[in-house]
Amino acid sequence: MDRLDELEARSVYVIREAYAKYRNVAMLWSVGKDSTTLLWLVRKAFFGEVPFPVVHLDTSYKFAEMYEFRDRIAKEWGLDLIVVRNEEALKSGAGPGKGKLDCCTKLKTDALKQGIDRLGFKAVLLGIRRDEHGIRAKERYFSPRDKDFSWNYKDQPPEIWGQFTVKADDETHIRVHPILHWTELDVWRYVRREGLPVVKLYFARGGKRYRSIGCQPCTSPIDSDASTVDEIISELETTRVGERSGRAQDKEQAYMMQKLRLLGYM
Amino acid sequence: MGNDREFLGFVITGHMDHGKSTLIGRLLFDTGSLPEGKIEEVRKTCELLGRKLEFAYVVDHLREEREGGMTIDTAQTFFRHGGRDYAIIDAPGHKEFMKNMVTGASQADAAVLIIDASEGLKEQTRRHAYVLAMLGLRDAVVVINKMDLVGYSEGAFEKLKGEAVAFLSRLGMAPPHVIPISAMSGENVVKRAESMPWHRGLTLIESLAGMKPRESLKAKALRLPVQDVYGFGGKRVAVGRVESGTLAPGMEAGVLPWGGKVRVGALEGFGSRPERAECGMNAGFADAAGLKRGDVVFAGSPPFSGRTIRGSVFWLGAKPLAKGELVVCRIATQEVVAKVEAIRNRMDSSTLEVIEEDAERLEGTEAAEVTLSASAPLAYDLFSGIPTMGRFVLVRDGLVEGGGIIARAVK
Repeated sequence: MDRLDELEARSVYVIREAYAKYRNVAMLWSVGKDSTTLLWLVRKAFFGEVPFPVVHLDTSYKFAEMYEFRDRIAKEWGLDLIVVRNEEALKSGAGPGKGKLDCCTKLKTDALKQGIDRLGFKAVLLGIRRDEHGIRAKERYFSPRDKDFSWNYKDQPPEIWGQFTVKADDETHIRVHPILHWTELDVWRYVRREGLPVVKLYFARGGKRYRSIGCQPCTSPIDSDASTVDEIISELETTRVGERSGRAQDKEQAYMMQKLRLLGYM
Repeated sequence: MGNDREFLGFVITGHMDHGKSTLIGRLLFDTGSLPEGKIEEVRKTCELLGRKLEFAYVVDHLREEREGGMTIDTAQTFFRHGGRDYAIIDAPGHKEFMKNMVTGASQADAAVLIIDASEGLKEQTRRHAYVLAMLGLRDAVVVINKMDLVGYSEGAFEKLKGEAVAFLSRLGMAPPHVIPISAMSGENVVKRAESMPWHRGLTLIESLAGMKPRESLKAKALRLPVQDVYGFGGKRVAVGRVESGTLAPGMEAGVLPWGGKVRVGALEGFGSRPERAECGMNAGFADAAGLKRGDVVFAGSPPFSGRTIRGSVFWLGAKPLAKGELVVCRIATQEVVAKVEAIRNRMDSSTLEVIEEDAERLEGTEAAEVTLSASAPLAYDLFSGIPTMGRFVLVRDGLVEGGGIIARAVK
């Protein structure tokens, strides 16, 4: 087994463990490279099936290319796609103009809360990785959340030998992070090996490409000429620029990401 | 082209304030692995807090940690050096956060134990060493940090090295390298120190290059604990991770703990049909007649099976483990209710002193030999033979509260 085999094996084990313990599972698919990798791993775990709903949290501010990609893949892979939007907040004018913390909270965190309340999932799979951001490095594979979605990172249960926390009474759900141990480079090497489809925005056009994609108003491209997966891998092998440097929500205030996660952000 | 780059995850352990975070910051800095944005982010935060930029803050991302000046949870950072990818697993050095330390260390291939040259072995140095030994990380590298505080003295180093090696040998540990360093100035971390010409051994980065991932259990007898059984597409497929040995279609395998036999059908894959599944792989195989989660499929010499399990338990719960109490015991995918029959040789995991020979209770961070009587038989191996099947966790209210390893079978 090489490194990618090992990464894949650990992820598949976590996915199957979540499904074995709960059955009533959903996964969040942001349409980005990480959660698309997660989606592929789910198909590996269940021999091509995706035996639970795939939820897209739609802020309505995503790139057109992302909507196009989402709908195409959902059809090709036969996904049970559920699009969740905080319609009420959108109607009352929530958006990036009113501050990024407010916007992310209403259109992503609150939308997810409403979605879970309505659909009643016990466990939600997410494609976050430890190397993305300092606070994500603190995460466990199985991370219980209370009804307010708050995350008590100071008092997390231990996780040893592939044995995970299962506590989830009626008021809680468990966040499951099957690709927590992957790095950004791992994801691209896996994309190359498996021939995974990714949104075109990742590839350079006119000297710019998106290294991380989110909402259009808050995501900016980096300078890059990497227009193929191979070129992206070479670029990442030498770069010292942070992956999320183009993501406004992380930089606006020193503790933005921490605040968002405490509030239940992904 | 890089899919097969070598990878190693190692944990840095030791007493609080002995310099773990500074060492990580130093490793990242000197290997050119700090993202540009990260330094800026930390610098801004330090300005907000009115502190000067220190390497330690680079790994202490959380506000509370920076304010308190200590690491709370386990975290991972990544760097590349000499053609190898490394993950540094940062373990907190405070007693209160032992469960985080254990979580971090259990995910590591290798370990570094850091000791402050001016303080010597402290409570958490010894306790962390105990945990490393229990987790099978017996060849941890020892670094004696803050050598600048003892005037780079060879005598001071040799004395502390002697104490450390003597203590570790009581745990069956033999450090392959003991290295004098200063994480603050970087001496003997990545760059060789001119201040300590008497040190002829390796630098830390050289010792990391020699660390090996955990040994594969491919050559051992087959153990496949069934994780789940699926019925997609009208087929019954059992899935599970091969914990040791290799699974191949057509094999006649035994099943414990119920004592049946199974003929392994075709292996399932996604878009492919694997010919075999070796240790570490997630197998799926057809014709899973009667199999269910918790069954252990085996070949070769059988695992032990019984209702009585005895192991060295390290307790992490906020509430003590009590004799007579019912807990859930999990070994791989097996999960049964078990009664705590006896707690023997209750020990302080730092001093290794036995507090009580026959105890009523086991407190957090203490260790003991615990005898469990399970409500149904469990299949297991000895930790020394097949570690993945020779360890168990104790679970209370869905939370993992203790870990144990099995040194001997109970007849």
